[in-house]
Amino acid sequence: MYEQIAQNKRNSVFLIVFFTALVVVLGYLIGEAMGWGYGALILAFILAAAMALFGYFGGDKMVLAVSRAQPASRERHAQLYNITEELTIASGLPMPRLYIIPDDNAPNAFAAGRNPRHASVAVTTALLDRLNRQELQGVIAHELSHVGNYDILFATLVGILVGTVVILADFFLRSLIWGGGRRRGRSASSSGKGGAILMLIAVVLAILAPIFAKLIQLATSRQREYLADASAAKMTRYPEGLASALEKIAVSPAKLESANRGTAHFYIVNPLKVGGRKRSQLWSTHPDVAERVKRLRALASSA
Amino acid sequence: MWILVIILAVLIVAFVTIYNSLVRLRQRVKNAWSQIDVQLKRRYDLIPNLVETCKGYMKHERELLESVTRARAEAIAAKGGAAEQAKAENALSSTLRSLFAVVENYPDLKANQNLLALQEELTSTENRIAFARQHYNDQVMKLNTKTEVFPSNIIAGVFNFTREEFFEVDSPEERKAVKVSF
Repeated sequence: MYEQIAQNKRNSVFLIVFFTALVVVLGYLIGEAMGWGYGALILAFILAAAMALFGYFGGDKMVLAVSRAQPASRERHAQLYNITEELTIASGLPMPRLYIIPDDNAPNAFAAGRNPRHASVAVTTALLDRLNRQELQGVIAHELSHVGNYDILFATLVGILVGTVVILADFFLRSLIWGGGRRRGRSASSSGKGGAILMLIAVVLAILAPIFAKLIQLATSRQREYLADASAAKMTRYPEGLASALEKIAVSPAKLESANRGTAHFYIVNPLKVGGRKRSQLWSTHPDVAERVKRLRALASSA
Repeated sequence: MWILVIILAVLIVAFVTIYNSLVRLRQRVKNAWSQIDVQLKRRYDLIPNLVETCKGYMKHERELLESVTRARAEAIAAKGGAAEQAKAENALSSTLRSLFAVVENYPDLKANQNLLALQEELTSTENRIAFARQHYNDQVMKLNTKTEVFPSNIIAGVFNFTREEFFEVDSPEERKAVKVSF
């Protein structure tokens, strides 16, 4: 458990350093291409530092806003508050802030934040409607395990930093491919030295984007999810609750509308539900639900 | 001479360390107990409301409702350590369970919003008591071990650190502990 916390903190520092270095290098390349000199370098460094700080302090709010989560009220969601308070007694963690995602078709949940004192747990309305008390308890316990393990810190930083780079890379590559033709026709002189370096940046981004996608995948490595499932079982002393919750969530075919590639790795079960079995197994951000359920049931029978 | 001084210094450090850890453990047991206490009080506060709500619907269950009220009064009055308290609380839990079993026979009552809210609050309180109890028993076990193993048992004996009682539950539905290996 402590090992897991230390590893998550280490990975987070590594991610910030790597991200800053990448942005600075890109800034240098763009500066050289445009002839701005060191100005672009300094600008890039400030930008990277600002992004990292923003990711650390405001990343959870960003992720919640993107997911269209609204604060849960104690009056209307009394059971959700009760269940979470029970589990804070069981785990010794502070009470997280609770959010509701208004989506009546896709049951799902996630946790975000930088540490247990600044953590948020969000659930969809479909989850509250379809799960019984013990299943909901299992899901919240799973999310609280992520909070206690500092999985939320790494996942939030990945969501903000990596998500931004992936989106920028997509945008940049697309504008180069689609906009390149027009520009070439207009003036051949502009695609001199600057054009060549822009092309180089495009190639670098094209190589890096899949690596970042891989990083997102690592943020929800199978091990992490299995560990959170096991911790949840230990916390509630009732593995069957989470097992049957996972089954109910997995059975629902609906895609969660407010989730995207940058936030999918937060959720307890992949909210995007892409088809194609072999491919999804290889590229999926989440371990197989059937395998998770099997392991939980094995815990229940060994006790 | 120096050897004597060193031995004395080691003994003093050992004494201070062990004594402080015993004090800390006793404090933790007290804290853990007060967490259970908060939840037990919460349950006492919910019960009169529950009995009042049920009364309107249950004309023929006067005896059952009275036994719930009586079990509550006995639990509040219970004094003399965790074991005694646990016994009274278990009796209260079991009368509450039989009350909710009987509620099943009254469809109007079962649909009552007030009762549903009370049922949720009581379920939650039961869970909180169960989780707080786990924590309390863990702390008690640590303290009890410390008062028995050598050499801390000597200091515990001299300064009157005694064993604490566990908060035991004998309900059949009590969930079994889950073994988790990482």
